[in-house]
Amino acid sequence: MSTKNKILIIGECRESSIHHVTFELVSEGAELSKKNNGEVVVLVPGYKIDTAQTEGLFKAGADKVILLDHEKLQQLNDVHYLRNIAAVINEEEPGIVLAGATPQGRSLMPKLAITMKAGLTADCTELDIEEGTGLLLQTRPAFGGNLMATIKTPKHLQMSTVRPKVFKVETGYSKEKNITKFTYIDGDSPLKIIEAVRSIEEMVNLADSDIIVSGGRGLGDKANFKVVFDLAAKLNAAVGASRAAVDAGWISYAHQVGQTGTTVMPKLYIALGISGAIQHQVGMKSADYIIAVNKDSNAPIFNVADYGIVGDLFEIAPKLTELLG
Amino acid sequence: MKRVVVFIKQVPDTAELKIDPVTNTMIREGVPSIINPFDMYAIEEALKIKDKWGDTETVVMTMGPPQADAALREAISMGIDKGILLSDKKFAASDTWATSYILSKAVEKLGDFDVLIAGKQATDGDTAQVGPGVATWLKIPSVTYVRKIDELEPGHAKVERMRSEGFDIIEVKGKFLMTVLKELNEPRIPSFRGKMAAKKAEIPVWGADDLNTDEANIGFTGSPTRVVKAFTPPPKKGGIKVEGDDLETVKGVFKFIKENHLA
Ligand SMILES: Cc1cc2nc3c(=O)[nH]c(=O)nc-3n(C[C@H](O)[C@H](O)[C@H](O)COP(=O)(O)OP(=O)(O)OC[C@H]3O[C@@H](n4cnc5c(N)ncnc54)[C@H](O)[C@@H]3O)c2cc1C
Ligand SMILES: Nc1ncnc2c1ncn2[C@@H]1O[C@H](COP(=O)(O)O)[C@@H](O)[C@H]1O
Repeated sequence: MSTKNKILIIGECRESSIHHVTFELVSEGAELSKKNNGEVVVLVPGYKIDTAQTEGLFKAGADKVILLDHEKLQQLNDVHYLRNIAAVINEEEPGIVLAGATPQGRSLMPKLAITMKAGLTADCTELDIEEGTGLLLQTRPAFGGNLMATIKTPKHLQMSTVRPKVFKVETGYSKEKNITKFTYIDGDSPLKIIEAVRSIEEMVNLADSDIIVSGGRGLGDKANFKVVFDLAAKLNAAVGASRAAVDAGWISYAHQVGQTGTTVMPKLYIALGISGAIQHQVGMKSADYIIAVNKDSNAPIFNVADYGIVGDLFEIAPKLTELLG
Repeated sequence: MKRVVVFIKQVPDTAELKIDPVTNTMIREGVPSIINPFDMYAIEEALKIKDKWGDTETVVMTMGPPQADAALREAISMGIDKGILLSDKKFAASDTWATSYILSKAVEKLGDFDVLIAGKQATDGDTAQVGPGVATWLKIPSVTYVRKIDELEPGHAKVERMRSEGFDIIEVKGKFLMTVLKELNEPRIPSFRGKMAAKKAEIPVWGADDLNTDEANIGFTGSPTRVVKAFTPPPKKGGIKVEGDDLETVKGVFKFIKENHLA
C-alpha cells in the first residue's frame, strides 16, 4: 500500500474529550479510503486524553490511532501543536490530511500548508476521490455560499479543513485496535496561553450545533432575548443573532451570524425578528431547514425560509416552546 | 520608527452580488468593489496602535489588479500613512499558498516591522488562510480570531483569541501577526484631510522583479491547488408561508419540525 493513499486525520480534543468532528472526519476518511484503497490514521493531540473514546474512533472507521498526549498540549498553543503535528506528518507521509474547520483547524492548517508546501482547501462540505487519478476532490462554498467550487491538488500534499456536522459518524466498523503513542517533541514558544476562559456564559458553539435559534432587532431589547434562549433550551440549540442585535449590545459578538460574524450550517435555523439582509443570509442560508418568524410579510428572510410565519414573535416563540414541552 | 503593516483585499460587494438566472453564474460586471469588511477592523486597529505609540508608520498592502489601488486610497483616507500595490501579470491565479508568499516577500522588501494585521477572512474566498500563511513565511507566530487586545507594545502583546466555548488569553513575545474580528473596534470615517491625502498619495506598484520572487512559488505554477469546477448551488426558494400567531398556526410549524425529524 503506497503511503500516498494514506489519509491522516488531525483530531481535536476539548478538555480531555475527543471532539465530535474527529469522529465525523474518520468516517468520511474511511469512506474515501474505500475508493483510493487507502488507510485512515487519526492523530489525537491533547492532554490526559480520554483513551476510552478511541474505541469509537475504530468503530467510526480508523485503521490506526496515534495518541500525542502532553501537558503542553492542554491549551491550543499553536507553536507546540505545529511542531508536533508537522513531525507526525513527516513520519506518516500521508497523501491526504484532513482537519475540522474549527478555530483549531483553521488556525493550524494554513501554517502547516506553507511549511509542507501543500494545497489547502478551507471549509469543505463535500469530499470525493477522482476516478483514475485517485486525487481528492474538495468542494467548498465561496462568496458566502453563492458559489461552490471543486478544488484539487494534483502534485502536492492534499490538505483540507472540513466543516463540522457535514459528515455522519458511522459506528459499524470492526477494525483492529491499533493504537500507538507519539512522543512529544519539546521546544520554545513565543506564545503563552495565560488563561483559557471557558464558561457557560461564553459558550456559543454555533458551528457545532444541529439547531440554532437566532434573534434580531425585532426582539426590541436585551431582556426579550429570553424568548430566544427559552426556545433554544427546549431544542437543545445554540443561540445566534443578527448584527443589529449584537450592535445594540443585547448579546455578545460571538453569537453573530453572517458575513462579519460566523457562517453556520445547522440542520435547522430559526430566525426570530430578523429581516434577512443579504449579509445575514450569506451566513445561514446553507442550513438544511430554515424557519422564519417576522411581522413583515415582505421581509427578505421569507425568500429563503422553508417555513415562514408572518406574525408576532412574542406570540409565536413562547407557544412553540410550550408545544415542544 | 515603529511600523505596523495591514493586509487588505478588494472584494466584490456581496450585497450587490447577482446570479445570472440563465447561465446560473455570478454576474461580476457592474458589481462595486469594497475593502473586505474584516480588513476594515485591521486598518482601524493599526490606526489605534499608531495613536497610542506615536512615531509609527502604518502601511497597507494589497496584492491584486491595478484597480485595487482604490482600496489602498480608501485606507489612506482613513489615516493610513502608506499604500503599496503588489501587481504583476505573473501574480495572477495565485492561490492562498502563493499569495502569502508574495505578501511575505513584500514585507521583507519593506524592511522592519513590529506587528502585522490581517482580517479574519476575505468574503470572496472565505479561506482565512492568507494571514497565518504570511506569518509562516516570515517565521513569526500568528494569533487568529483576535477579539480583544489587552496589551500591545513593540515586542510584547497580550491578546484574546475567540474560541467557540470561550476565549484564550495569549501572551506573545516578539513580532507577530494577528487576524482580527469585528468585535475589536469601530472603523473610523475618513476625514477631509485624509481624503485629500488619499487623492495625492503616491502608490508604489511592486511586481515580481521588485520582490525578487521565485517563479516556482507564484501565480498559477506556484499554486498547489487547482479549481476544477465552479458552480452556483440552486438558489434557495421560499417554501411554506403562513400568517397568524394563534395556537393553530404555531401547531403547523411544530408539525413541520416533527415531520422533518428536526427535534
Ligand atoms: C459590511 C457589512 C457586514 C454585515 N455583516 C452582517 C452579519 O455578519 N450579520 C448580520 O446579521 N448582519 C450583517 N450586516 C447588517 C445587515 O445588513 C442588517 O443590517 C442586519 O442583518 C439587520 O439585522 P435584523 O434583521 O435583526 O434587523 P432589521 O433589519 O431591523 O430587522 C428586524 C426585523 O424584525 C421584524 N420584527 C420586529 N418586531 C417583530 C415582532 N414582534 N415579531 C416578529 N418580527 C418582528 C421586523 O419586521 C424586521 O423585519 C452587515 C452589514 C454590512 C454593511
Ligand atoms: N490579495 C491579498 N492582498 C492582501 N491581503 C490579502 C490578500 N488576500 C487575503 N489577504 C489578507 O488575508 C486575510 C484573509 O484572506 P483569505 O485567506 O483570502 O480569507 C484578508 O482579510 C486580508 O487581510
